[in-house]
Parts: sequence; C-alpha cells; structure tokens
Amino acid sequence: MNLVCCITQVPDTAARIKLAADGKAIETSDVNFVLNPYDEFAVEEALRLRDQNPGSTVTIVTVGDESVTSTLRKTLAMGADKAVRVNAAGVGPFDAAQIAAALVAAIGKLGPLDLVLFGKESTAANDGQVGPLVAEGLGLPSASVVVKLTVADGKATVEREIEGGVERVTLPLPAVVTAQKGLNEPRLPSVKGIMMSKSKPVTTEDAAPGEPRIELIRLTRPAAKSGGRKLGSVDELIAALRDEAKVI
Amino acid sequence: MAGVLTFAESRDGQFKKAAFEAVAEGRRLADEMGVPFTALAIGPDTDAASLGAYGADRVLSAGQAELKAYSNESYATAVVAAVEHSGADVVLMGATAMGKDLAPRVAARLGAGLAADCTALRLDGGSLVAVRPVYSGKALAEIGFKTPRKVVTLRPNVFGVKSLRENADATVEPLAVALGSNDLRAVVEAVVAAAGGKLDVSEADIVVSGGRGLKTPENFAMLEELAAVLGGAVGASRAVVDAGWRPHEEQVGQTGKVVSPTIYIACGISGAVQHLAGMTGSKVIIAINKDADAPIFSVADYGLVGDVFEIVPALTAAFKKALNR
Repeated sequence: MNLVCCITQVPDTAARIKLAADGKAIETSDVNFVLNPYDEFAVEEALRLRDQNPGSTVTIVTVGDESVTSTLRKTLAMGADKAVRVNAAGVGPFDAAQIAAALVAAIGKLGPLDLVLFGKESTAANDGQVGPLVAEGLGLPSASVVVKLTVADGKATVEREIEGGVERVTLPLPAVVTAQKGLNEPRLPSVKGIMMSKSKPVTTEDAAPGEPRIELIRLTRPAAKSGGRKLGSVDELIAALRDEAKVI
Repeated sequence: MAGVLTFAESRDGQFKKAAFEAVAEGRRLADEMGVPFTALAIGPDTDAASLGAYGADRVLSAGQAELKAYSNESYATAVVAAVEHSGADVVLMGATAMGKDLAPRVAARLGAGLAADCTALRLDGGSLVAVRPVYSGKALAEIGFKTPRKVVTLRPNVFGVKSLRENADATVEPLAVALGSNDLRAVVEAVVAAAGGKLDVSEADIVVSGGRGLKTPENFAMLEELAAVLGGAVGASRAVVDAGWRPHEEQVGQTGKVVSPTIYIACGISGAVQHLAGMTGSKVIIAINKDADAPIFSVADYGLVGDVFEIVPALTAAFKKALNR
C-alpha cells in the first residue's frame, strides 16, 4: 500500500503561550515544538497498516520551514520510510486552505495512493480542516475523527466519533482519514529506529499555496477567569448557584 | 446578492441543539447585515417549519431519501445547492462531529474561507470577523475573510438560544439536489450509540468531571450519581483516561473535548494546563479539591476545599433537595 501521513508540529501541550508584540503570532523562543499529538495516532496507524501489508511504504508529508525537520525525523524514527517537507513560504497563519493546497500538490507527486492519514486537528490551529480539504482537493472520500480503522478488499471501514457514540462508514480506497485518540497506542521511537532514521531520505520541495482565504487580524488572550472564591460548605455553594450565578 | 444560510443539522429527523443555536445566530447576523436569512434542513422526516421558532422565516428542505444517511460529499452538494438557490454569501453550521466534517468540503467547493469552531461573530466596518480559540483555548484568533463567500462553524453551547418565537412556523420550500456519482460512495451505514445512550460531554449543560483524586475507577460511580441528579454528563481528566479508568470520549482538555457547559464541576482534578484548556469556557466552574493551592481553583468561580469523598455525596444530596429530585 502507498500510505501517506500528513503531520505538523505544535507547541508542547504543557507550554504556556505568550503572544508576540505585534499580536499576529506567538513567542516561539521558549516554546518546545513537538509532533502534533493527534498526528502520532495517524503515524502509528500508517505503520501498522504497512507492517500488515508487505511491500507498503509510509511517506510523511508536512508543510513548514526548516524548523520542522526534527519533528519529521521523529516520525522516521518511529518507523516511517521517507519524508517530504513542502516549503511554507507564502502560507498565512492558520490558513488551512493554503496548507491543503500545498499538500495536495505534494501528495499528487507520490504516485497512486491507497490511504492518506492525518491527525483530527492540530492542537495549535484546532480547526480540523486540512484533512477534509485535502480529500476534496484530491477528489477522494474521507472520514474524520476516526477511532477504528480496518482495511480489506480495497475498502476502509471506519468508526468515527460523533456525539454520544460512533458512526460506521465504509470508504472505497484511495481515501483520506483523520485520526482521533483511541485509534491506537502510538509507539515511542526505539534506539534502533533513531539510528536508522538518520539515513532515511527527507526531501524538500516548493509548492504554490494559492491565494489566501482568511486573514489573521490579531491574537488576543482569552478573558481571564476572575477565579476563586472558596466557600465553606455545600449549602453555601447551592445558595451561590441559586442566588448569585442564577444557574439552578 | 447577499444573505446568510444556516445548515440546521438533524439526526433521524431530529434537529440538534447546535442547529437551533446556529439558526438563531444566523438570524441575528443576517439582521445585523441587513440581508435575508435562510435555513437549510437535509434529510427526510425533519420538521423544517419548526425552525421558525428559532428565527427562520424560510427553510429549504432537501428531503430526498438518498440524503437520509450522512455522507460528507452528498451533504456538501446539498449545502452548495442551497447556497446557489438562496444567493447566500455566509454559511453557518454547528461545529459538531458532522459540521466539522462537512464544512471544509463546503468551503472548498465555494472557494470560501472557513473559520471553524467559532465562539463569536461580529461585523467590523461591514466585514465579518470570526473569533475562534487557538492553541487549545490558550489564545483567541480574530479571523477576517479574503473570499467573497465565507463559511463559519459555531462551537456548540456557546451561542445559546435567547428567545423563542411562538407560533412562528417558517415557510418550507423543497430543494431538489442533483447528486453526483461520487456523493454516495462513503455513506454512514450505522450509528452505534455509546453504552447506555449517555449524553456526550460536549453537548451536556452540566458536566461533572473527575481526576486522579477519585483514587479508583469504581469511585466514579459517585460522579455518575451526581451527574444523573443534575441531568448532566460525566467527564474525565487525561490522567484517568490514560490510566484506563474512563473511556477517551469522556476526556476534557487539550487532547480531549473542549466543553462549555453552564456548570462544570471538577472533582479531584488539580487543573493541569491541558485540562484547563478544555473547560475554561464553562459559564460557572466549581472545583472540589483537597489541595487549597491546586491550579483548578484559579479558574473556578466557586471552590470547596476538602475531601472529595465527603463533599460529592453531600453535594448530590443537596442538589436533590434543591431541585426536588
């Protein structure tokens, strides 16, 4: 199978986010960037499918500047076969349509596809658009927020998480899926994997991101919760909810 | 021509609460813009006229049988058909499992920018500005659009439904949708409800969440009882989901669900940054923790410092009495 897995890097989930002075970006000097947590599930699933289907390859694709290389190396250390970095020049902040356009161009050069996997969203942009946009761009069926995936007879049967349950969908391959927590337990890179990753190919290419569709006007801090009045008893709490917050 | 179109999501003919919120917000935005408002119902067996109560005067109903089960491609075709029919340039829908899956395809086909999971919409000098949490709620992005058409999904439970119009049935117009050959290649075959048909944390008005302070998985029974009394849902911190005590669909926080209920009760949760990212949008936060310095108290409207095993049962009893249940 020709398995393609699209990833991105995000600030470590424990990072405190500081806004840059111009309000258009975050301060990155103190931030440790990591593989997007949902992308770990996508990479793991691609590796499992490769191992179940001899002769398969897993290609990692990302859109980003050179700083993303160490994150690409991590996916290679997990076991992916090769990686492609698409230059991010010209992609506006949070413009998923531009990222998707760049990915579609790069994925189009990887030959006949079987499955393209994504994390369900990045923990930076939190919008979950890129996977479905790439599916639309490639003309493929898709299922997002997948917690179970079975591939057989040229079809992928998935369960995608919905409110209060899951829905089952069968997709003819090639197809696009986005991975949710629960799909699998991502492996950690082994020492051998880390050694082997150093000789795996990472290629760089340019792709036109197309016209911007959105504009980041500014980033702001969410209104801080005023926080904390400690109450002495359960009865005081009930009274506060009834008379002050008026929610019961 | 301009206008606002809201896709009102339904399952098995029943509109979702997020659909009512999106209709009400669509009406408000259309009035502010001074343009017509249209709602869209997809699938047979919806009571499309009932959307009138939420502000729709006109509803397009794409009720053909092929649209009974969801497919992101067939539904995208239906939404685009409704956009062309109504002349709308702004499309709204709920940021639900369906809305998040569907909206990108709609945006791609309309050549539109998409702002997902928004918590506020406003006009700035006549231009639409969408506000959406990024970095898992640690920052807010104000998004403008560079495209003539715009697609927005709205975070559930944030916009609310302020007032209902009585006896306000909408005019319903059937909308025939010409489906393409690819539209039905990935149709939902079955919906499998979670055990007990329980309420999802992202949809609940009241969420009772537990963390490591509960000490064992069995002790969550106490939270289930409190949630049952309040008609709410049980949530969980990442630590207890990773430990296998609770299923991942209950996880609240950065790698779980973002919730914005009316009342959020955090029991034995210290308040790691990852957890706070998922619940600080709640209207009233109550924290119960034995550690008076736990970070959860810094975001809580009301705190009770003490033993969760004493306070939670007392709270359950007090709510039963206060609510006559």
